[in-house]
Amino acid sequence: MAGRSVLGVFKEVDEAVDAADKLRESGLENFEVLSGTPYPEGAFGEKVANHRLYVWPLMGALLGFSLAVLVTAGTQLAYPLVTGGKPILALPAMFIIAYEGTMLGAIISTIIGVIFESRLPKAKLDLYDPRITEGYIGLVVVAPEGEAERVDALFKSANAADVQLEPVGT
Amino acid sequence: MQQRPALTELDINRDLLRPVLATPIWFYFLLGALAIGVCTALGGFAWAVNHGTGVYGINRPVMWGFLLVNFVFWVGISHAGVMLSAILRLSNAEWRRPATRAAEVLTIFALGTAALHPVFHTGRPWRIYWSMPPGYDFGRGIWPDVRSPFVWDPTAISTYLTGTTLFVILLLIPDLAVLRDRSSGLMHKVYGFMSLGWKGNTRQWKLQIIAGFLLSALILPVFVSVHSIVSWDFAVQIAVEGWNATIFAPYFVIGAVHSGVAGVISVLALLRWMFRWENYIRDDHFDALARLMIVVATAWFYFLVIEFFLGIYPAEEPEITLRHLQVFEWPFSATFIVFLLMGYFVPVPLWLFKRVRQNVALMFWTTLMVNIGMWLERFIIIIPGLMRKQPLTFNWGSYNPSPIELILVAGSFCLVFLGVLTFSKFFPIIPLADAKEGVALETHVRVGKVMVPAAYREE
Repeated sequence: MAGRSVLGVFKEVDEAVDAADKLRESGLENFEVLSGTPYPEGAFGEKVANHRLYVWPLMGALLGFSLAVLVTAGTQLAYPLVTGGKPILALPAMFIIAYEGTMLGAIISTIIGVIFESRLPKAKLDLYDPRITEGYIGLVVVAPEGEAERVDALFKSANAADVQLEPVGT
Repeated sequence: MQQRPALTELDINRDLLRPVLATPIWFYFLLGALAIGVCTALGGFAWAVNHGTGVYGINRPVMWGFLLVNFVFWVGISHAGVMLSAILRLSNAEWRRPATRAAEVLTIFALGTAALHPVFHTGRPWRIYWSMPPGYDFGRGIWPDVRSPFVWDPTAISTYLTGTTLFVILLLIPDLAVLRDRSSGLMHKVYGFMSLGWKGNTRQWKLQIIAGFLLSALILPVFVSVHSIVSWDFAVQIAVEGWNATIFAPYFVIGAVHSGVAGVISVLALLRWMFRWENYIRDDHFDALARLMIVVATAWFYFLVIEFFLGIYPAEEPEITLRHLQVFEWPFSATFIVFLLMGYFVPVPLWLFKRVRQNVALMFWTTLMVNIGMWLERFIIIIPGLMRKQPLTFNWGSYNPSPIELILVAGSFCLVFLGVLTFSKFFPIIPLADAKEGVALETHVRVGKVMVPAAYREE
């Protein structure tokens, strides 16, 4: 659906909640809340964000473990020198390296997963107001064709400090 | 009852970004002084590389000296940093908010500095990669021996350093967006690039919070493994009395927690003084940390007693001789007394008093005392053990640190504080988002005639 994004900036949390209620009443339920503080989920009546972050550490752990086993076993078999009376493939020693590899894989993949699931990085901020990191609350909604002005009026009626409309044609 | 001022997001931005956006002049002088210390240490190391490790006080059989004592010390400091941050996050402790990032940043710089010490010690920086899998020796076709603890150690440390650094960078993203919105010119572009286009929508905040918990849960086992592995550098050696102890891994881990939490408290006290953050690093934070310290210190002391007791109880002559050397022979006898007093018997009884726990100056000095004690503990473990004649060595030895070793040890302290302060020049060392969340979720409820702080806690 073609539409135009509108950002309403609110000084108070209650004003933003009021505007969010009005958006839902007018049938616009898919809005985004921007804030400089991690408010409890659902504080503005927004939809709960789904994600698959928990899959990432598992995949990373598996990959890290496999690589660590490959490196420890491969290097010892490539130069099979007995040291300390231990077998060439000494499982306790291999376990230590494999453990670190597993954890490293899980951590790195979790970091990548968080960035990916957060839909980052983004080259452009699009509709945004720096006051959001000063405590203002932003509500972004994609208004259907020709309804941007109605959303603008709705935000202003909820005492928005500022309303920004996405330029036409972007 | 503590009266807390009502803080807005603007206040929090202004106060916590002061070191970044309005850096005081004295800050640069302090950085300069620390940089001189670091450069002096670099000069000392260059001298060692040029003249060989003969410029150190190490000798046969005391092959490990001040540099490895200092290595274990910094690894210990680094370990408790993230342990503290992770446990406080996982337990959703309200008082974690000002402490987490300072603890994590201390971890990064302490661990990075610790990792330099084996390089200093070996004096051959161009060959250090051989100890890292897969550090292949192209000349002779040799791979590192994964059965050696000296390969486990760099593997574990690099895992921990990488994980902690990424953890800090990830949780820094929302604060980088604040800096992006508050800066101009080149720094605006740099912070804009580093904040990855963060806008602070619900999805991004949700994932940040989950990441805090998830990564804490992943880093905690790494923390335990790394200091265990550092202890195995000693414990898997069969030829040194006093080192081949099964209790070494948990003993080292709890010792790391003891010195590390003390280090975090010292850093928090310094930050509070330097940047006048009384509203953020409050007396009740020191109170809570001191209570934690009492528990940790007592657990560590229990391990210390057990380690000694199990060593001497079988009454084997070599072990008894070693313990005699550690406790009754000069200069270790004096070192041992100072270590016990500073590591436990002076600070812990003092922390039993609320007036001490809530006195920032006393907390700073007592935690500094703990770290002097813990440095001496590592000294007492490493040096006397090597000095004694062992089945695989041929002579008794003694050890005197050389001026170059002293310069390198002093330089390591300068390097860690230079790193932490440089970080605080470019990034907020108290997480803005955490502080704002704390304020947003805090309220005061009346109980009888008093108002008490209460906080909403998300499940």
